[in-house]
Amino acid sequence: MKQLVIISGKGGTGKTTITAAIASMTENAIIADCDVDAPNLHLILEPEIIDTSDFYGMEIAQIDSEKCTGCNICIENCNFDAIHTDHSINSCKCEGCGVCEYVCPENAIKMINNPSGSVFNSMTRYGPMVHAELMIGEEASGKLVTAVKEHAASLANENEAELIICDGPPGTGCPVIAAITGADLALIVTEPSLSGIHDLERIIQVTDHFRIPAIVCINKYNINEGNTKQIESSCEENGIMVAGKLPYDTVPNKAMIGKKTIIEYEDNEFSEKLRNIWRKVRSKLCEDQ
Amino acid sequence: MKIAIASGKGGTGKTTVAVNLALSLQDAQLIDCDVEEPNCNLFLNRELDQLTEVSSMIPEIVEENCTYCKKCSDFCRFNAIATIPNKILTFPTLCHSCGGCIMVCPEGAIQEHEIVTGIIRKTSGDDKKSPELYEGLLDIGQTMASPVISELKKNIDPGKTSIIDAPPGTACPVLTTLEDVDYCILVTEPTPFGLHDLKLAVEVVRTLEIPHGIIINRSGSGDNSVEEFCMNENVEILMKIPHDTKIAQLYSEGIPFVQEMGHWKEKFIQLYSSIQDRYSREIET
Ligand code: SF4
Ligand code: SF4
Ligand code: SF4
Ligand code: SF4
Repeated sequence: MKQLVIISGKGGTGKTTITAAIASMTENAIIADCDVDAPNLHLILEPEIIDTSDFYGMEIAQIDSEKCTGCNICIENCNFDAIHTDHSINSCKCEGCGVCEYVCPENAIKMINNPSGSVFNSMTRYGPMVHAELMIGEEASGKLVTAVKEHAASLANENEAELIICDGPPGTGCPVIAAITGADLALIVTEPSLSGIHDLERIIQVTDHFRIPAIVCINKYNINEGNTKQIESSCEENGIMVAGKLPYDTVPNKAMIGKKTIIEYEDNEFSEKLRNIWRKVRSKLCEDQ
Repeated sequence: MKIAIASGKGGTGKTTVAVNLALSLQDAQLIDCDVEEPNCNLFLNRELDQLTEVSSMIPEIVEENCTYCKKCSDFCRFNAIATIPNKILTFPTLCHSCGGCIMVCPEGAIQEHEIVTGIIRKTSGDDKKSPELYEGLLDIGQTMASPVISELKKNIDPGKTSIIDAPPGTACPVLTTLEDVDYCILVTEPTPFGLHDLKLAVEVVRTLEIPHGIIINRSGSGDNSVEEFCMNENVEILMKIPHDTKIAQLYSEGIPFVQEMGHWKEKFIQLYSSIQDRYSREIET
């Protein structure tokens, strides 16, 4: 079984649109939306939820005001400024480290389970999908990404699926690292703007750092052909294959509004280009066997 | 006055709005809190000087004092220390720097070791035409964005107008960024994805009780669902930036569009004054 993760360094490059299109070109794959902070894939694939499990991120501290004498030892020892002066806990800042519980002389602090999101096992018209929802202000998105991937892996085993397709989170931080861990290939979607080039460089540093093979797709390439050339030559220097280029077009938005993938929406030049990209990605996935 | 620019997700034009707004105002500060990918300076193109380093503490084991009692690894909730018979290992990338292991070690075998997780930079020199930019940059492979953002925000001058570019998403880095701002502009696109992310962003600012309004970017490229949502939910639409190839082109070259399309400067100034009139708080002395 292979794992493909689609990432972009930043949102808005068309990553989810491309993930959905790939999902509609594969058979026997598991689809995983690892962009748990702001998932969008379900808007196109319209999954029907089969079962939901609660996700617990970190435990957080809870202070029993009956027992608390107000000695402030906890406040002094919390490295995250998570305890207010009135000895209540700021649940956004609390990292759940347990230091306050350890230092409190009155045993007034307990660590409690903190539900911070849900993971869904669902069915779509293109096969099983795992997705999640994170509650606002919850930091454990890296852990939730890992939970989504674990669900996807067990579904893949059950279904003897050949491939897991992950729509990755934006950025270069914790959730992205969780999403690319264990992936066989990262498809990086970029666009030829100055910031796109910059984000591409950063995300390639990340995939290099974690030794994940990468392949690039340039979206909206005709917005700035000079920048596109620059991306192509820097990919060549770095030994990264450019799987293909997609033009700036109204097709992705129209398909999105119609809740269809680009492939489903209509057979046109755009969908043909995408099919070619998928062929290259697929052979790259197999070659790294 | 502190105005944050946020969006449920990246790529909606948050940085574009932040930069163009800051450029339209006199003497504004621009604070780039998207520390995983600070992009504002790609449009300002100024020299940056390093101001400070943001560091955190990770444990360093003095092995000759260690008895492999496991107290530290049992305490650590982040699996950043492992003890196996006659061996102890640390995993610095997992460490949250809580300091707990040092407290629990009965042998004093753990020392603090500072590592740099990010840096804060600011524009050097004086350029009256361009806002003063501060940015935070998280090191690759580091996961703790909030401490870098908190350190960065210490540079906000309460006597000035600060335009704060927030990170994408709805997690802690965003909340750390939005804490104590006076107003929040949410940037969105008129598509189903844009609407979905906007709903999340509105939930965040409502939870934090921050006054807010919307800028629709690439207006005309999608459908009406964002406008309908704003009407039904009583959210103010502050401005629409049209779907325009000239703007997209300038963006791709890293040129803020107010520089080439002067009339937009006026629009941003008006936008700012209308927000200031209604929401600016008295500056505390
Ligand atoms: S350490 Fe315990 S007793 Fe002291 S202020 Fe904190 S909770 Fe209260
Ligand atoms: S668990 Fe850790 S982060 Fe949370 S309040 Fe206690 S000391 Fe602070
Ligand atoms: S400082 Fe805290 S997180 Fe880091 S290793 Fe020690 S106990 Fe674990
Ligand atoms: S608590 Fe101290 S002595 Fe015990 S295993 Fe950890 S470092 Fe070694």
